[in-house]
Amino acid sequence: MKKDIILCGVGGQGILSIATVIGEAATRAGLYLKQAEVHGMSQRGGDVQSNLRLSTEPIWSDLIAEAGADLIISMEPMEAMRYLAYLSKEGKIVTSSKPFVNIPNYPDEEALQKELDTLPSVKLDIETASKDCGNPRGANMVLLGMAAPYIGILSVEDLRQAIATVFARKGEQVVEANLKAFDAGVKAGA
Amino acid sequence: MKKLLLGDEAIALGAINAGLSGVYAYPGTPSTEITEFIQNHPLARERNLHSRWCTNEKTAMEAALGMSYAGKRALVCMKHVGMNVCADAFVNSAITGVKGGLIVLAADDPSMHSSQNEQDSRFYAKFALVPCLEPSNQQEAYDMMAFGFDLSERLGEPIVLRVVTRLAHSRAAVEVTEPMAEKLLSPSTDQWVLLPGIARKKYVALLEKQDAMKQASEQSPYNCLTSYAKADAEPKRGILACGIAYNYVREALGDEARLLKVSQYPLPEEKIKTLAAECDELMVIEDGQPVVEELVKALLGAGYPVKGRLTGDLPRTGELTPDNVAKALGRPTGAVFAPAKNMAPRPPQLCQGCGHRDVYTALNQVLADYPDHRVFGDIGCYTLGALPPFQSLSSCVDMGASITMAKGAADAGLFPAVAIIGDSTFTHSGMTGLLDAVNDKANITVVISDNLTTGMTGGQDSAGTNKFEAICLGLGVEPEHVRVVVPLPKNMPEITRVIREEIEYKGVSVIIPRRECIQTFARHARAKKQ
Repeated sequence: MKKDIILCGVGGQGILSIATVIGEAATRAGLYLKQAEVHGMSQRGGDVQSNLRLSTEPIWSDLIAEAGADLIISMEPMEAMRYLAYLSKEGKIVTSSKPFVNIPNYPDEEALQKELDTLPSVKLDIETASKDCGNPRGANMVLLGMAAPYIGILSVEDLRQAIATVFARKGEQVVEANLKAFDAGVKAGA
Repeated sequence: MKKLLLGDEAIALGAINAGLSGVYAYPGTPSTEITEFIQNHPLARERNLHSRWCTNEKTAMEAALGMSYAGKRALVCMKHVGMNVCADAFVNSAITGVKGGLIVLAADDPSMHSSQNEQDSRFYAKFALVPCLEPSNQQEAYDMMAFGFDLSERLGEPIVLRVVTRLAHSRAAVEVTEPMAEKLLSPSTDQWVLLPGIARKKYVALLEKQDAMKQASEQSPYNCLTSYAKADAEPKRGILACGIAYNYVREALGDEARLLKVSQYPLPEEKIKTLAAECDELMVIEDGQPVVEELVKALLGAGYPVKGRLTGDLPRTGELTPDNVAKALGRPTGAVFAPAKNMAPRPPQLCQGCGHRDVYTALNQVLADYPDHRVFGDIGCYTLGALPPFQSLSSCVDMGASITMAKGAADAGLFPAVAIIGDSTFTHSGMTGLLDAVNDKANITVVISDNLTTGMTGGQDSAGTNKFEAICLGLGVEPEHVRVVVPLPKNMPEITRVIREEIEYKGVSVIIPRRECIQTFARHARAKKQ
């Protein structure tokens, strides 16, 4: 069994934290893992993505092939569609619905949302959802919660434990706040 | 014990556990995380391993060679273009030879994710006549550190370890070994004085070592030939896969291939000939430039078909991907969704609140009055001043070129010739150019945009912090033409006045807009709070 996931968004939105949590959960579950990240110049407000590959068998390539991704998890709706070529026809997009507009030629928002609706996608205003559960900085954990049922190869409990481990050094309050955001996401995605 | 590590981290930990005594480096994507990992590692701290950033790759290479001379294991790390900066020291380190193991880590960037070119560091290894290791995965990257140091000490030569972005910045589980002790101080007693009489003898000695290097490649555990017995596949195609190319081949073909994996150079020529004899044609799959493809063509002669990037079976530019490799191997690819219609590129940009923004706002405002002006740029975050909304720059070539190109253009009569360079880039390679300009009384205006850090690579210490006025005065810039301003919107009238005055001055002037990078500022504020 394998899951190929593309994580994406805009530099600074916190996609690498999502990758770290999934990586921790996969290691704990004894899965093989490869995770290619983007560092450097693109992190300055440009598009960023991470290729995450999880499998019960050894993995060769660090990169996901076109039409190979089971899941696109995106912090931003337009960014979700940037990697469409990599999505399997049976794949799913889980994305934030709220545009991050830092370019002058951002597409028409209504048309963008309409196009997203024609694709196999689940979307949510994760920023509002994270504010509602009292953790305004936890939007990425809400998104991870939404994606949890589609990750499949890892259980919701695996991911919760990984959140506890990854954020442990920031204190119990941060762990609790992130778990709350994650749970809100699980509920919203179900 | 298994650890989840980036390729860069695997290299760093592999080096520490192989008894490293010092890492010498200048930050550069995708190599930066190696030195950062060593700087933060408990054992490295306990052992007091040298890990402070160097001023540039040449000073790094020379210091590492000095540590090797003293008998200890040293690592020097850089991005591929850093090899150009340290080339003099590097090429001659093959002539002197080494005492303690010396690994020269070059992180290549095919597809130019964060670079100006796609140069392939394997050429440098061949040029200097030293071995090169090219790991295919994170585990090999880790293992090759101890292996490389041993090989370096056995041959008495530096070893190039070449990685590419996709390995440097990809994470996987790595089996970690127990740390070895450092080597003891035991300086070389050999002559390292490269006067012609000695250098000639040493060059002959280096040539005499080539057979041992070739033997090491033939016997290397990293160069594996896998025969594939299925005889009915016609024509019989052999595949030579270098470094991470091996993964893409295995991804596409599983174990159904006549495959030679190459991760150690010089090329294992006997193994290549064995594979060629079993097959009717060879395909060379390598990330970067067609280094091996050319060598294999020469080895097998004009009559033997060799395919690769030069024949168009693989793209001539850009990194390998599972897709372009599968296509070259004739494997079907899946049906893809049509590209999204509502899509726009999202290039990187200067952070909101960054001081470089205020510098460009001021420059653009003043230079609007000088239609013939040119601004010569340099390498760092502020290169983004070439893009909208600023579009201020006419050039960005290599570290330090802003000052010297402005000088050359001014020599030719161009006015105003403005150079913009960051603080770290200035100490890396700008100072000598400024001395040229001073000695020639060139009519240029140099802006050293000082954000107190090496920003683009993530905020590493900058070698010249707090020293810039002193450096400029020491190089002979006149005191009244070294001007410091604080780049903030509220200071715009003052900044524009200073720029205008210094452009009007017929000689070398230096303007230093100084305000901390907002990324490191926020990081320092957070650290203080905790």
